[in-house]
Amino acid sequence: MAEDKIIVPTMAEMTARGEKPDVLFWVGCAGSFDDRAKKITKAFVKLLNKANVSFAVLGAEESCSGDPAKRAGNEFLFQMQAVTNIEVLNAYEVNKIVTACPHCFNTLKNEYPELGGDYDVVHHTQLLQQLLDDGKLTIEGGNFKGKKITFHDPCYLGRGNGVYEAPRELIAKLDAELVEMRRCKTRGLCCGAGGAQMFKEAEKGDKEVNIERTEEALETKPNIIATGCPFCNTMMTDGVKNKEKEGEVTVMDVAELIANAGDL
Amino acid sequence: MGIANIIFIVVLLAAVVLFARNVGKIRRNIKLGKDVDRSDNKPERWKTMIRVALGQSKMVVRPVAGIMHIFIYLGFVIINLEVLEIVIDGALGTHRVFAFLGGFYDFLIGSFEILAVLVLVSCIVFFARRNLIALKRFKNPEMKGWPSLDGNLILIIEILLMSAFLSMNASDYLLQARGVEHYTAAGAFPVSSMIAPIFSGMTDAGLVALERFTWWFHIVGILAFLNYLVISKHFHIILAFPNTFYSNLNAKGRFTNMEAVTREVKMMMDPNADPYAAPDPNAPPPEQFGAKDVTDLNWVQLMNAYSCTECGRCTSECPANQTGKLLSPRKIMMDVRDRVEEVGKNIDANKGEFKEDGKSLLNDYITPEELWACTSCNACTQACPINIDPLSIIVDMRRYLVMEQSAAPMELNLMMSNVENNGAPWQFPAADRANWINE
Ligand code: SF4
Ligand code: SF4
Repeated sequence: MAEDKIIVPTMAEMTARGEKPDVLFWVGCAGSFDDRAKKITKAFVKLLNKANVSFAVLGAEESCSGDPAKRAGNEFLFQMQAVTNIEVLNAYEVNKIVTACPHCFNTLKNEYPELGGDYDVVHHTQLLQQLLDDGKLTIEGGNFKGKKITFHDPCYLGRGNGVYEAPRELIAKLDAELVEMRRCKTRGLCCGAGGAQMFKEAEKGDKEVNIERTEEALETKPNIIATGCPFCNTMMTDGVKNKEKEGEVTVMDVAELIANAGDL
Repeated sequence: MGIANIIFIVVLLAAVVLFARNVGKIRRNIKLGKDVDRSDNKPERWKTMIRVALGQSKMVVRPVAGIMHIFIYLGFVIINLEVLEIVIDGALGTHRVFAFLGGFYDFLIGSFEILAVLVLVSCIVFFARRNLIALKRFKNPEMKGWPSLDGNLILIIEILLMSAFLSMNASDYLLQARGVEHYTAAGAFPVSSMIAPIFSGMTDAGLVALERFTWWFHIVGILAFLNYLVISKHFHIILAFPNTFYSNLNAKGRFTNMEAVTREVKMMMDPNADPYAAPDPNAPPPEQFGAKDVTDLNWVQLMNAYSCTECGRCTSECPANQTGKLLSPRKIMMDVRDRVEEVGKNIDANKGEFKEDGKSLLNDYITPEELWACTSCNACTQACPINIDPLSIIVDMRRYLVMEQSAAPMELNLMMSNVENNGAPWQFPAADRANWINE
């Protein structure tokens, strides 16, 4: 594909054209504003474009899911955010939502229904797996052949919602060697960002959680640390920098792996 | 009926009555918690209880300790069948009243003995593990003093009970072989027959004394142990069952939506609501948001605290604890139990009314620093062998800190005002949200 023009319709545009997408891509705050996470967003959009998925984003009509406020204990702010978002989503009659952020995924999937927002919510690794299984997306090129990849389970994807296999099956399709960390899946160690920790200094202790986790990831001697969460990505990237390993080890989202496998 | 039988019946009744009274108090204390509906999805609840409590599915995540724990647990349940016989013998003055079961009886007694040995060995290993190996999770600060002693006492009591049980059988075995009156031959003694030679030099009278002593020691020990449960972490052998039955069946990532907040948010968002309307005089007084004290928690959370066996699996998996933060999910549970016990005693001392004692779970037991160290990763709830949920307590207490006291760390206040004003936790204008598309 030529230097890539991505096509990202918004809900408002599609509705104006009298169209309705199959799925809404919920970008999330990190995916919209964080420089590193924006790359993940774009990689995922490229894959959606390539697989001809009919999707749209809310654009400026999207607002924070409320996850960090809720985990911090501010239930008011969370519900204000939730109710506002639900109004927008329901106005567009959204049924299916995909997101690349496990925190948005968890909140929309589990906490919105009671407040009037009932959608079929999937994580982007689940949708990508589906697209590959249905043959709508194929992995071309073997950029990761023989590479060692370890996968860090995001808490809100793994323990929080029991999704352990989708990202692993995607990695398996790359012909890469998946090496597991000592603590993985149900016993995976947190990156340190959850529960609104991302937005504050850690409490007093003798080590940062992301350093502990990065050390464990590095023990597997990987070429790539893969993850499926923009916050885990930040934490692990910082950890790798702290260990001065950024020359040897890259931290990538599973969507980026799939997109880069065929030099999209 | 002899004097011994009467003494036995009195001791038995006293033990049972005392136990029932103390369990009643714990029940009352648990009910100090707020209501929460866990009556849904009964089939799944039964399955969870059978799998997790009865089947100990989460214990075997750590295989060695898990299997030894199963030995002790099976031993406890099965050997207690023997207690039924002991109680009848004690009350009626019979000797092995179930002997008429014949071959099956031999099988039962034989298997009790083998289990007793497994329990004995497991308890000795656990005792050594607690005291000789410096296993970090048994050395955390919250384990100092009583909790450590409690753990050791339980093991010592079980070791003594099993030793008494086997010595009782050994002396019985010898008495039966000697044809001493009252000791009719019954039972198979695969283990105690091997320890019998130690006692074989004793006279008949000496053996009878030994048999009687160990018999009394065994049964009085069990009754005393029963009453020890209520002040010990060992109460989990009972509460593990309701605790798993009523455990949270939702996805772990899902936090509760506070209904009181939903009502207020709906009102605020309602375009027809009159913002200047006088408050309804009949409206219930505004609720306090979040948990400051144990009575603000729900009864499942309080039952969790009484069920906690202080094993520390939660704490050893906790990322905050592993990196030296003050937070320990086990301590959260122990603090809740200690505080609710304190509240209960206060109620007992003040004729059924709680008298304000100027203390609360927050600050006097659990500090904000502990609460703010949590990443809400759910490693603790995953690790807990009986589905205890320390995270829900942490979140309820954060809710109190934030919504009642506005006492969030400064950076979180910044994050929250960003969410409020810009719809994102960072200071980017909401209008720029889709800029990435064209960058
Ligand atoms: S949820 Fe909180 S308390 Fe539980 S293990 Fe994670 S950081 Fe520790
Ligand atoms: S909460 Fe569960 S895992 Fe933690 S100490 Fe208590 S019983 Fe053990």
